[in-house]
Amino acid sequence: AALKGGLRFQVAAALKEGHVTPTELCQSCLSLVKSTKFLNAYITIAEETALKQAEESEKRYKRGQPLGVLDGIPIAVKDNFNTAGIETTCASNMLKGYISPYNATVVQKLLDQGAVLLGKTNLDEFAMGSGSTDGVFGPVRNPWSYSRQYKEKSVPKSHSEDKESNWVITGGSSGGSAAAVSSFTCFAALGSDTGGSTRNPAAHCGVVGLKPTYGLISRHGLIPLVNSMDVPGILTRCVDDAAVMLGSLAGHDPKDSTTVQDSFKPFELPNLTDVSKLSIGIPKEYHAPGLSSEILALWSKAADLFKNAGAKVIEVSLPHTRYSIVCYHVLCTAEVASNMARFDGLEYGHRSDMNKSTESMYAATRREGFNDVVRGRILSGNYFLLKENYENYFIKAQKVRRLIANDFVKVFRSGVDVLLTPTTLSDAVPYMEFIKEDNRTRSAQDDILTQAANMAGLPAINVPTALSERGLPVGLQFIGRSFQEKQLLTVAKWFEKQVKFPMIQLEEVKRHDHSVFQHQKSASFS
Amino acid sequence: MAAAACGGVWRRAWRRGAGAPAPRGQRAGACNARGGAAPVGKSGLTPWVAVVGLEIHAQISSSSKLFSGSQVQFAAPPNSLVSFFDASLPGTLPVLNRRCVEAAVMTGLALNCSINKKSLFDRKHYFYADLPAGYQITQQRVPVAVNGRLSYNLCIDNKMSQMVTKTVRIKQIQLEQDSGKSLHDDTRSQTLVDLNRAGVGLMEVVMEPDMCCGEEAAAAVRELQLILQTLGSSQAVMAEGQLRVDANVSVHHPGEPYGVRTEVKNINSIRFLAKAVDYEIQRQIEELENGGTILNETRAFDSKLGCTVPMRDKEGKQDYRFMPEPNLPPLILYDAKSLPANMNHQQVVNIDWIHERLPDLPSVKRAKLVEQYGILPEHSFTLLNEDGLTEFFENVVKQTQMKPKKVIGWILNDLLSHLKQHSLTVKESPVSSFLLADLLNLLEKKEISSTAAKQVLAELWKGEGKTPLEIVKEKKLELIQDQKELERICQVVIDGQEDEVIMMVLG
Repeated sequence: AALKGGLRFQVAAALKEGHVTPTELCQSCLSLVKSTKFLNAYITIAEETALKQAEESEKRYKRGQPLGVLDGIPIAVKDNFNTAGIETTCASNMLKGYISPYNATVVQKLLDQGAVLLGKTNLDEFAMGSGSTDGVFGPVRNPWSYSRQYKEKSVPKSHSEDKESNWVITGGSSGGSAAAVSSFTCFAALGSDTGGSTRNPAAHCGVVGLKPTYGLISRHGLIPLVNSMDVPGILTRCVDDAAVMLGSLAGHDPKDSTTVQDSFKPFELPNLTDVSKLSIGIPKEYHAPGLSSEILALWSKAADLFKNAGAKVIEVSLPHTRYSIVCYHVLCTAEVASNMARFDGLEYGHRSDMNKSTESMYAATRREGFNDVVRGRILSGNYFLLKENYENYFIKAQKVRRLIANDFVKVFRSGVDVLLTPTTLSDAVPYMEFIKEDNRTRSAQDDILTQAANMAGLPAINVPTALSERGLPVGLQFIGRSFQEKQLLTVAKWFEKQVKFPMIQLEEVKRHDHSVFQHQKSASFS
Repeated sequence: MAAAACGGVWRRAWRRGAGAPAPRGQRAGACNARGGAAPVGKSGLTPWVAVVGLEIHAQISSSSKLFSGSQVQFAAPPNSLVSFFDASLPGTLPVLNRRCVEAAVMTGLALNCSINKKSLFDRKHYFYADLPAGYQITQQRVPVAVNGRLSYNLCIDNKMSQMVTKTVRIKQIQLEQDSGKSLHDDTRSQTLVDLNRAGVGLMEVVMEPDMCCGEEAAAAVRELQLILQTLGSSQAVMAEGQLRVDANVSVHHPGEPYGVRTEVKNINSIRFLAKAVDYEIQRQIEELENGGTILNETRAFDSKLGCTVPMRDKEGKQDYRFMPEPNLPPLILYDAKSLPANMNHQQVVNIDWIHERLPDLPSVKRAKLVEQYGILPEHSFTLLNEDGLTEFFENVVKQTQMKPKKVIGWILNDLLSHLKQHSLTVKESPVSSFLLADLLNLLEKKEISSTAAKQVLAELWKGEGKTPLEIVKEKKLELIQDQKELERICQVVIDGQEDEVIMMVLG
């Protein structure tokens, strides 16, 4: 309630001033993780190591030598990042029980700055999906399904319909991370973003989701989906926190040759007062078939907001974006086919008991280890890579990718600073409705507004904007120039401030009527 | 009959139809290196021409692997040199080893290649137990070096004194990862995998089919081996698998298109290379003359039987489903002109810098030896062929007054043949260059005869730590320099043989 007045309670400051200790914060987060277990946001809860990390952090605060803003801040990590000593499963039978011997660079960086790792979050198997419904540990439930806002507005259509089946999906594939941030169980989470996997669930869960420029953050230790498009994603409650996370994660990594050599200077976001020098592009192609009228209305309202504040708002065209999904399908499956080849049961992961021959062992291992979605993508990817098809599919898709990327270059060269688009076609749909369509169809529909940024490697961010008629979050997306995260986030922050997105009202959080939770509910940790 | 371009014209086997077929492998070396005409076979058929191309994998001599930091070492305990990347742990990424790039550039320059300033890495997919990632990172589209040539020498009719120089074109040199090793335990029907070798840097040198017989192939590989060893880009020891040769062999009638080729693998010495190629040529000729056809297949050389046998083709025709390696940016090399001013020198490979520092290649070294010491060209080949022999020779020369032309005789006829007899390397020689020089000095100063010198050398081989002079004294092998003493000895001999003396005087 304290937030509604616009008061921003800073957890980091509270830690620094000793109003709350890292251990208290960690414990209350852990207990909230447990009481929101039904969300299925976490696959693994690293209670013991988290408490130990909090204890270490506490010592540093007592000595007056915290490592920085992140010291003692509870975070969660998507379960496709390697974490030494903590299971890394990719929500797949193939890696169930797999404990990596090393930390992903991003995980290591967070730990080095004192962050407390609460656990690993749920996802679609190997991040292949857009609902966080297709993992071996079951679907993630959107915390907003249980919010007062949603409950008040969604009236069951009939009495026969079980109220329980009304819960909506989180979007994906980083649904676990989005749900974890949205339900106050952690202050920030890592996701990954290949075609929208961070921004899409962020939009559905009402949190900020940042996909940085390709090459800015190390992928070392991120179990790949599509190496040439994967980017570690950042999920936070506000844009300022995203900037803090970005500052602590970005920079060259000798272990990832695709990270840029230039050193990255962390930045603080200014409070923009004058947007009159800004040029906001509205790509007309994002008026895609299936875009809900509600979101369309919100999108133009947002454009008006900028216009009224003095910014230049112009319609632009990205003519090749409509080929993005089919192009992505070829490039993604081809890389998936290649990347998944290593899961043969020999060195790690699941191994079938079948021992008739090495080949039959491989086949059985992979049949048992992967779900239909993964196997389907492997199959089509291998088809596209066959000698007779390579030219017609893979090479063509690469050329189309270049055209898509060039569209953006042209638009930005024409003077546009930031593009404004919807993030999703609609608000989150109920699970029962979502699973009526298969994963492929869903991914093709849901990635449509987010995918092109990955093709072009550009930074993009979802900013929670408003609640839909059903009481569910709707977000808008800003796409920026390569490596111009500061500009992108500055605009996003200004927008965030204008729209005043409402806070989720959750019973579970209310029940924890403890002062520590006041900190947890703060919009920002920084 | 006009000689074929490569000089080798093959006839069908001898003694065909004369009872038992000719034992295979016997025809090794039958290739006509002079490029002269060969008689048409008894049957009156057109002669055959063989075409041989080679694919050579040379392990790069580097302290760490091509894309990971694990050490490279031969015969280390199994799976003791395996990084997370080598074991293909999910989430690991390749990081290119600069030393391997330099070795490939160096080798490319030494083989007169053009170096591609931008080359690319690709994934080549196949499932095999010793290939943990399910793909090998290689350079399929744009390799690091292309269009080179290698000159090598061949002796005619096995006579060292008659040499011809031949050239083979180098199609390309590509960087790629080595695989691990599978050890099959048939009794327990299991396969054990050792990943120590997985990810070690390889240079694949592709030689165009410019050779026509086993002897040529062997000579070309030997020259390549010497070059690699001189550069230090590979230790190139075939027995340790640092140099692996696959031969592509086909036969056809002159003027006709090339025949269907087979690939011969599992060749682990240069001698076997010659044998395997010659065997395969002969086999193909016989097959064709008997009305058979040649299959485009992979065959293995069985060194015990001296023949090639079809390899069990596990997966039929492979489609390697190549695709660009997305985790490695293009490999950019610079030269003095293109080198950006603000670039950290530790991070770039400068082709010109490497070029300026290339050591003398074997052909240059040989020419210098001939010129400097006045030795015969064929002797320079022998000197370079044995590891350390050139240095040994030069050390001896430095320490004696004997003319190098004479020294070389001792080195080749006495030292080398002895070492060969006892299967010793030059470095293992019990007679050091210092001792040999000592001995040759005694000979040169006429203190001993050359017969005595050989006796002393025989003693020296025992390695008892005696100096040549000590042995001479001990065995009383000195030549007598005192005129009177000599006369006295002669007189004694004459006195003791009166009858013979009288006979001689009488004639």
